[in-house]
Amino acid sequence: MSSDISVEIKGVSKSYSVVKALDNISLSVKKGEMFGLIGPDGAGKSTLFRILTTLILPDSGVATIEGLDVRRDYKSIRRIIGYMPGRFSLYGDLTVDENLSFFASVFNVKVADNYPLIENIFKDIAPFGNRRASRLSGGMKQKLALSCALIHKPSVLFLDEPTTGVDPVSRKEFWQMLERLKTNGITIVVSTSYMDEALLCDRIALIKEGRVLSSNSPRGVIDSYQNKLLAIWGEDMHSLLKELRSYDRIKSVYSFGQEHHIAVDKNLYNTSYIDSLAQKLQQKGVRDFNIKEIAPTIEDCYMEFSANND
Amino acid sequence: MFRFLLEKEFKQIARNRFLPKLILVYPVVMMILMPWAANLDVKDIRLCVVDNDNSTYSRRLTQKASGSEYFSEAIYRATYSEAISTIERAESDIILEIPADFEKDLVNGVNRELSISSNAVDGIRGSIAASYLASVVNDFSDELMESRIVNRGSSSVVSSSMPASTAMPTSIEIVSLSKYNPSMDYKLFMVPGLIVIIITIIGGFLPALNIVSEKEAGTIEQINVTPVRKITFIFSKLIPYWVIGFIILTNTLILAKLLYGIVPVGSIFEFYLLSFLFLIVVSGLGLVISNNSRTMQQAMFVMFFFMLVMILMSGLFTPVSSMPLWAQVINAINPMKYFTEIMRMVFLKGSGLADLSKHIFIMFGFAGAFSLWAVLSYRKNS
Repeated sequence: MSSDISVEIKGVSKSYSVVKALDNISLSVKKGEMFGLIGPDGAGKSTLFRILTTLILPDSGVATIEGLDVRRDYKSIRRIIGYMPGRFSLYGDLTVDENLSFFASVFNVKVADNYPLIENIFKDIAPFGNRRASRLSGGMKQKLALSCALIHKPSVLFLDEPTTGVDPVSRKEFWQMLERLKTNGITIVVSTSYMDEALLCDRIALIKEGRVLSSNSPRGVIDSYQNKLLAIWGEDMHSLLKELRSYDRIKSVYSFGQEHHIAVDKNLYNTSYIDSLAQKLQQKGVRDFNIKEIAPTIEDCYMEFSANND
Repeated sequence: MFRFLLEKEFKQIARNRFLPKLILVYPVVMMILMPWAANLDVKDIRLCVVDNDNSTYSRRLTQKASGSEYFSEAIYRATYSEAISTIERAESDIILEIPADFEKDLVNGVNRELSISSNAVDGIRGSIAASYLASVVNDFSDELMESRIVNRGSSSVVSSSMPASTAMPTSIEIVSLSKYNPSMDYKLFMVPGLIVIIITIIGGFLPALNIVSEKEAGTIEQINVTPVRKITFIFSKLIPYWVIGFIILTNTLILAKLLYGIVPVGSIFEFYLLSFLFLIVVSGLGLVISNNSRTMQQAMFVMFFFMLVMILMSGLFTPVSSMPLWAQVINAINPMKYFTEIMRMVFLKGSGLADLSKHIFIMFGFAGAFSLWAVLSYRKNS
């Protein structure tokens, strides 16, 4: 194992009675990197986080944090990681300041020691120091939770769906905070079900049903997309989708916001493809639509890889 | 680090809307209400007499019963069925039926049986009323024997189960003496038992509920990813409630003195020492429950179940010795039973540690067993 690896996961599996939450996952996160686990709810992201933060043990496989084994060295790991679960889980009946100093004290540090690290985040809620944590707004709770997870200056920070249920402005602000944190050399592992946030990570892993579909930089993931991608939009989206699904020269078609995305096998694609597709649709009586070739997004890659994986 | 954990617990308890009030009010209410509510003295029993004889003797007997402090003024009905309907209409509790020729037979030295029928819908009241009435009749028959010794008359009573001993002029007189509680004061008997309930709730159930609430809030996970050791965490939960337990115990002692003039005959030091032992036992039980519960609701129900069974079987309200054998066997694993005995022995008898060695030994066994179980059940769930 090279020394620039922060988190190493090799063949980790975990089952809950009959459900296989993680199926032979292998990943590695480099030091100082912002690594994103991308996948929908139930993909196994939280389970992986709980294993990496030593809350549960894997059924099989090995995971190390900064070279420390999650089974054997869990005590040392707990000193060097910060964990912010998806759900707000600080003490609502303690004040903002009390929460912060409590979490500092359980790590045997003083708030002042590492205050510069959290200053940027904490300064917004510092005026509410005497307010009970339960009476903070959603965005402020999140800032407090992040401050508490950072107060002992962890080497690795685990953020489990930090932006789920957060408004778009706060989401953007939160990612800016993470950007700044990265400059302190902290390795950040973050999970999200928002595909657009994947682009903000250095590297990502697409996860579905406990398996890794692809792990690369966001650019690398997009470059590995194998098909041609078309976007189609028009008056009657419903019959458009129906007609496209019955067309055998299309690999897959799915709704994507205002449009439908059509994935076409590269070998079947040529310059006249769009024209012939348009003709076919017109023959079927579908009118008023536009087709154009587009570049794939992470979400298109996810759809593609997950279809291949089934 | 431990200091901060403790500080946090005390802060949280103090800020809780409900707990500080509970801690202050609960023992007061328990001490004021329970010794009275759990009073087993039965008074003002409404007697209905069916006097088929209507003689001097029968009237003397009914007057004797009515005159006793336990019975209110008797009502009279001509037939037994009319008397029964007074019970049905809840106008009387117990019927005394005196047969015809009661006086004549007694004078002639023939044994006569009286009938006592009591309403046993409230079983305890019914049986106590019946035994009171039986003892009134017994007294009457004794008086009769003394006064009519020459006539060698006697009477026997069904429920007194006294054999029809004709010609036993001077019967054996039994004088009962209630040792350690000479006036058979129920309050003296109840107060040590209430302490058992209070300790169980404060020391066993409150910290367990507190731990489950951290589970529900997810804060326990936040603690679990820190270097705080599980044992440190658990002690930070238990110690505040132990401290509160001792404060409440002291309050209870003061209240017992002020309200009822009850002070433990045994040493106060011993009282606290043994209470602490019981605190450890119930804390262990509470931890076992908290380890196996995911939600407060679950934990509450399980605790309620254990609490009810343990209290009802502990001998607090009804004597263990009158329970069926199988119940007594089950009771061997009821820590409350032992501690109720310990408390009563310390309070009423002034038993020393040496007298209680067997009980103390068993309590240590419980403490060890519950702690071990708590550790094992915690491992299984992590």
